[in-house]
Amino acid sequence: MSGPSTYEPASGFTRWLDKRLPIIRLAHDSFVAYPTPRNLNYWWTFGAMLSLCLVTQIVTGIVLAMHYIPHVDMAFASVQRIERDVPFGWLIQNIHAVGASMFFLAVYIHMFRGLYYGSYKAPREILWILGCIIYLLMVVTGFLGYTLPWGQMSFWGATVITNILGAVPLVGESIQVWIRGGGSIDQPTLNRFFSLHYLLPFVIAGVVALHVWALHEAGQNNPAGVDVKSKADTVPFTPHATIKDLFAVVLFLILFATFVFYMPNALGHADNFIPANPLQTPPEIVPEWYLLPFYAILRAFDFNIGPIDSKLAGVIGMFASIGVLFVLPWIDTSRVRSMRYRPIARQFFLIFVVVCFILGWCGGQNPGLILAKASDFTATLTYVEGGQVVTQPVTAASEAQFDDAAAAAREALTAQGATMTAVTREGATTATATGVIGGTQATRTVSGHTADEMETLIQEVKTEIGAGAAFFSVERRMPYTFTVTTLSQLATFYYFFFFLVLLPLLGLREKPGRVPDTIAKPVLTEQGAA
Amino acid sequence: MLRALSAAAAVVIAAVGVAFAAAEADHPQDYPFSFDSPVGSYDMASVQRGFQVYNQVCAACHGLDHLSYRNLGEEGGPFAVYRVRDHETGEPTLQVGRPAHGGTFVDVVDNPYVRAIAETAMINDIDPNSGQPVERPGRISDRFRNPFPNEIAARAVNGGAYPPDLTVINLARHGGADYIRSLLIGYDGEVNGTLYHNRYFPGGWIAMPPPLGEGVVPYTDPEVPQTPEQYATDVAHFLQWTADPHMEERKRTGIVVLAFLIVLAGLMYLAYKQVWRGESH
Repeated sequence: MSGPSTYEPASGFTRWLDKRLPIIRLAHDSFVAYPTPRNLNYWWTFGAMLSLCLVTQIVTGIVLAMHYIPHVDMAFASVQRIERDVPFGWLIQNIHAVGASMFFLAVYIHMFRGLYYGSYKAPREILWILGCIIYLLMVVTGFLGYTLPWGQMSFWGATVITNILGAVPLVGESIQVWIRGGGSIDQPTLNRFFSLHYLLPFVIAGVVALHVWALHEAGQNNPAGVDVKSKADTVPFTPHATIKDLFAVVLFLILFATFVFYMPNALGHADNFIPANPLQTPPEIVPEWYLLPFYAILRAFDFNIGPIDSKLAGVIGMFASIGVLFVLPWIDTSRVRSMRYRPIARQFFLIFVVVCFILGWCGGQNPGLILAKASDFTATLTYVEGGQVVTQPVTAASEAQFDDAAAAAREALTAQGATMTAVTREGATTATATGVIGGTQATRTVSGHTADEMETLIQEVKTEIGAGAAFFSVERRMPYTFTVTTLSQLATFYYFFFFLVLLPLLGLREKPGRVPDTIAKPVLTEQGAA
Repeated sequence: MLRALSAAAAVVIAAVGVAFAAAEADHPQDYPFSFDSPVGSYDMASVQRGFQVYNQVCAACHGLDHLSYRNLGEEGGPFAVYRVRDHETGEPTLQVGRPAHGGTFVDVVDNPYVRAIAETAMINDIDPNSGQPVERPGRISDRFRNPFPNEIAARAVNGGAYPPDLTVINLARHGGADYIRSLLIGYDGEVNGTLYHNRYFPGGWIAMPPPLGEGVVPYTDPEVPQTPEQYATDVAHFLQWTADPHMEERKRTGIVVLAFLIVLAGLMYLAYKQVWRGESH
């Protein structure tokens, strides 16, 4: 793509060096002469921001590691010491913590851009897959890093995530123990998480080098999605792309700095300022915002699928949601790259983006939260006031015959004139039948917004009537409820439907708009439009 | 269609907000603290009074483990001392708090107030000669004295409840300083065994007895009312400082950084326009 090298060493030293180690030539060909499509828009500037994020995280992280102590009794205090006593520690720690969020913000935009403009299609499949690997490594690194401050959310987040690995059949428990370094999250876990959190960023840096290499081999995609055909379609990387990237990076830094200096804890969770306590589960366990969509997918599977139980199904669903990205180049059958020229796919893509936001929102909510319901939760209590209580023991010959014996006992009581009967089971084959003779039968109906509220009201009625009634017969009516879990299920369905059904089918059925012949042509006809 | 979707989302979110408010404890009262705004700083007089309230009331049960006495007199601390020259005599005098202009910061080692505060605390230590446990007056380098030797001891004398460390309590609770202030004045007198009803506490029943009464902490400034509301406000203010002692420096630095970045962005934009002038794109 880059064509023959145009680098010409200017001085004696650079000529000498070029014969021995052509590193300046490499840099020149990669970052100066490298031809970039002239129609790139601002969505193409996020690669530069991501490089900056990686460097920032590594540099601040190395400094933090000089002061951090990976010990269960000292980790929390050591982070506080960094914030308080290390010169500019507050700044470095804030940059590192906010930087993780900024890194994910930029990577998500970068990925959505790739999806929209079809940057994963031939000849950029390897480039895309390397990107997916980087993303996966980022997720792991982010998760490991979140454990290190050893707050409540660190500890319980690590517990939840390592627990779900236990769902894997056969090897799950072994993997879980192997990763934790023991039966539960403890000192060995913290030590290895710290070690791996220090290692993985350098692995990311290595894969980034491959990613950039693959990019420079295949050349950049562009908003039109048509290949570069001649020199007229491109501009040199420096200064054209460089200066545009720098401008966008500075805008990104303004957002970054706003968080670092004015909202350093806005993206975190208050519970992580409580030191980890293995004996006290926090009321809600949520990961950092950038993992919420996957957490929602994990929890959307609250049902068993054949032999697969819900926990394993959730794990499979969560990994599949990232795994599907790896095979995307082959399941999208459309030969048109840019969704600019795919009017139908474009609509579905926009819905897909909204669905990702919905998943993120769901991941942060209590899964049982009721969003809508057909009616209130109502219960009817039937009881007899006054009257005489009679009891009769029930003994069945076998467990299978218990129901018959209970029914017989109730009939016997009714025959004695009981207006209401009940059977309290005491064992597999024994019970006590109670009946009330005489008195007046009464009913009370309560209704609440949630099942818990209804139960409270039922208890209130029971307390109010108290000994006035021997027992109550309670009929509960649960309305159909639309909960956060239901919403996550719909969203999860669409997530996979988009990749596994829509993209393969649309590519075959959709009639794309007219794609321009070259990059330069629409650029010249739409002067000033970009 | 997207508009319809977002409208539907807004309705859902609004409904959820209502549902949450009904289920949870009362929302904390919104108090206009001086540090709330992006440029707001601490009201150091309030932080000092809050320290007094902490010291005379809260410190009986709650520790401030991540704080040392010297932190009180460091730059940005409530007892930071500055050397200023008297206008008339020219004599240098010490003044608590940053003067409006001039003045040089006095290193905390030479800060008489912080030293006096530290010395009033008795700290457990090991005698350097005998190796036996001893109690000695605090030094400025000491961590704040924790009222209990360990969590078990703390639970034992508090009916099984553990009084949490207060250093970062404002960051560790939703609602921050507003929540802490509301909680301290949120008692309604209802008692159930060792639990006290508090309408701002999640679940409604808290093990901490109402800590603040009318006039329990004598303020030297006659202008400041000695009411539970004032005590709660001051101690919440103090705890915001303990949680975020570098806030003023952070906000000051932020202005400079943002101003620099905005100017830089402008220059980058002009450079970008210059480079791309004449290039169709």
